[in-house]
Amino acid sequence: MSKRLSFTPSSPRPPRPEGRNSRHSGKRLLLGAYLDFIRIRFLTMLAYRINYYTGILIYTLNIGVNYFTWKAIYGEGDSLGGFTAVQMTTYVAVSWMARAFYFNNLDREISTDIRDGSIAIQFIRPYNYVFAKMMQGLGEGMFRFLLFMIPGMAIAMLLFPVQLPTAPSAWAGFLVMLVFSFLINSQINVITGLSAFFIENNEGVMRMKRVIVDLFSGLIVPISLFPGWLSKVLEVLPFQAITYLPGSVFTGRVQGVGIWNVLGIQVFWFAALIIPMILLYRAARQRLFVQGG
Amino acid sequence: MNAIEVQDLRKAFKIQKNREGLKGAFADLFKRQYQEVIAVKDITFAIPQGEICGYIGENGAGKSTTIKMLTGILVPTSGHLKVGGYVPYEERERFVQNIGVVFGQRSQLWWDIGVIESFQLLRKVYRVPEQDFKKRLDELVERLKLQDLLNRPVRKLSLGQRMRCELVAALLHNPSILFLDEPTIGLDIMVKSEIRDFLKDMNREHGTTILLTTHDLQDIEALCSRVIMLDDGRIIYDGGLEELKQRWGTGREVLFQFGRATKLETLRQWTEGLAVTWSAENELNAKVWIPLELNVSDVLGRVVGQADITDIKIIETNTDEIVRSIYQSGSANKPEEAAGSFMAETTEAPHV
Repeated sequence: MSKRLSFTPSSPRPPRPEGRNSRHSGKRLLLGAYLDFIRIRFLTMLAYRINYYTGILIYTLNIGVNYFTWKAIYGEGDSLGGFTAVQMTTYVAVSWMARAFYFNNLDREISTDIRDGSIAIQFIRPYNYVFAKMMQGLGEGMFRFLLFMIPGMAIAMLLFPVQLPTAPSAWAGFLVMLVFSFLINSQINVITGLSAFFIENNEGVMRMKRVIVDLFSGLIVPISLFPGWLSKVLEVLPFQAITYLPGSVFTGRVQGVGIWNVLGIQVFWFAALIIPMILLYRAARQRLFVQGG
Repeated sequence: MNAIEVQDLRKAFKIQKNREGLKGAFADLFKRQYQEVIAVKDITFAIPQGEICGYIGENGAGKSTTIKMLTGILVPTSGHLKVGGYVPYEERERFVQNIGVVFGQRSQLWWDIGVIESFQLLRKVYRVPEQDFKKRLDELVERLKLQDLLNRPVRKLSLGQRMRCELVAALLHNPSILFLDEPTIGLDIMVKSEIRDFLKDMNREHGTTILLTTHDLQDIEALCSRVIMLDDGRIIYDGGLEELKQRWGTGREVLFQFGRATKLETLRQWTEGLAVTWSAENELNAKVWIPLELNVSDVLGRVVGQADITDIKIIETNTDEIVRSIYQSGSANKPEEAAGSFMAETTEAPHV
């Protein structure tokens, strides 16, 4: 506090208490603020929940299209790339429903903030912008989990022959991995969004990211079905950690110790992606250019 | 003690240049050309604690860029800068605890939630203890008459209502320095004067330092004892408002209303020998322009004894006109005194 030279005790305002106690409660308050970001986003989403009823329909349709496509591909055969027909149906349904949870528009929100200049408001507040955004994403994720993914899954189970696992480890592993799917996907979104600092119009980057995530995460085609060289490449990229790995656990293709291994891959990517986020954020601060005065 | 210290502050932006035509667009695909724009050109000033300072200039003069550097949003290209004892861009999160910012054209409240919920969230963000917050909120709500608005969502507020809420949002954590970027833009006269009164009181009671940019010179006249005027990224005037008026006021105008028809020639005859200019709309109303060197009383003395006068009004040159004429000449020094420096300025590299 020695830096606050100009605010001598003679100032007409009482100086802010700086005791250890108040600093501690200050930290708790800031944590409260981050929790509020989750809560407020959740409530805002709830206010616009009608939008998500159509979402459930669209996701169910997507599952249907994929289900019938795969059914045609399988024909009379019983195994493809290590997937049985039933496993594939379950994989498709679970992957789409996982997407219903982890998907968010943080990339778009961040680049809008940057492009219309409202990022200025974010930078006059004593919190970390990226962290606050992640919290808002979490609020959205919780909403999507409860009001989008779960009812959507129920509908998908009624319509398609989805086989749920019986092993508790598959359920527990899947739920934990789902959280990491959300985190990794959000991190990629944040990185894409922050690119707006460097590219005047990052619309193309965002679209490319969306296609890449959907394709390379194994949402459309499971990674084991890609040609050998490509699946080798995809195994060292973060995208498989979003859909393919949790899906493999849930369909029972990965079991026992394997669950810990794939969880380890997710944790690794979660930690690794923090680095570009920080670097990009720092570089962005240096060259920030607030649009529109 | 200075609340704000700025020395040789500069901000340069790199801007993409778009070349003309199809060929140019194609060339842009492979090799971008950039152009450097210097928005703020090595400015230096200091604002002592407790002062209200007006920061004025035309659009694009560099006002907002300066404010954004002072508030820690932008990182300067070069120069030194200290606000409230901190270097804003270095310790942003700690520094902003101590300042309040209102951008007239951007809202800092959350659009979809109630006003009071926004305030509660800001309380947590700024880590204000509950009791302090309550006291401060009550005070502000009463002073700005917001009681009925607290539970409404922000999107349902009028601009004037929202602006008052924005002020509260910027002040809840009791900052010692307040930055206002066009706080009265688009507001009606009632709200404008309400906000001005409020700012004046706050400055008096809490000793809050205020830096304000505005296009509304009435804001300046009502609030500021000092003005810094900016043109093309440079400070062209820094000093008292009164001084500015005295230096730039070219003269006064006196309006007469007569009880009897009085001819213009007669008036001219009466003031013969004095360098004044008469004009008249009709025979009962006349105007005389008196340069600064002459005393108004000399002119009045000549007229009052002879004419049947029902009303007299003396008009000083207003700030609007002063500012306009300063911009036309490009320097706040009086044209004849500043001829040298004015020339120097025009020979420098053209405005990029």
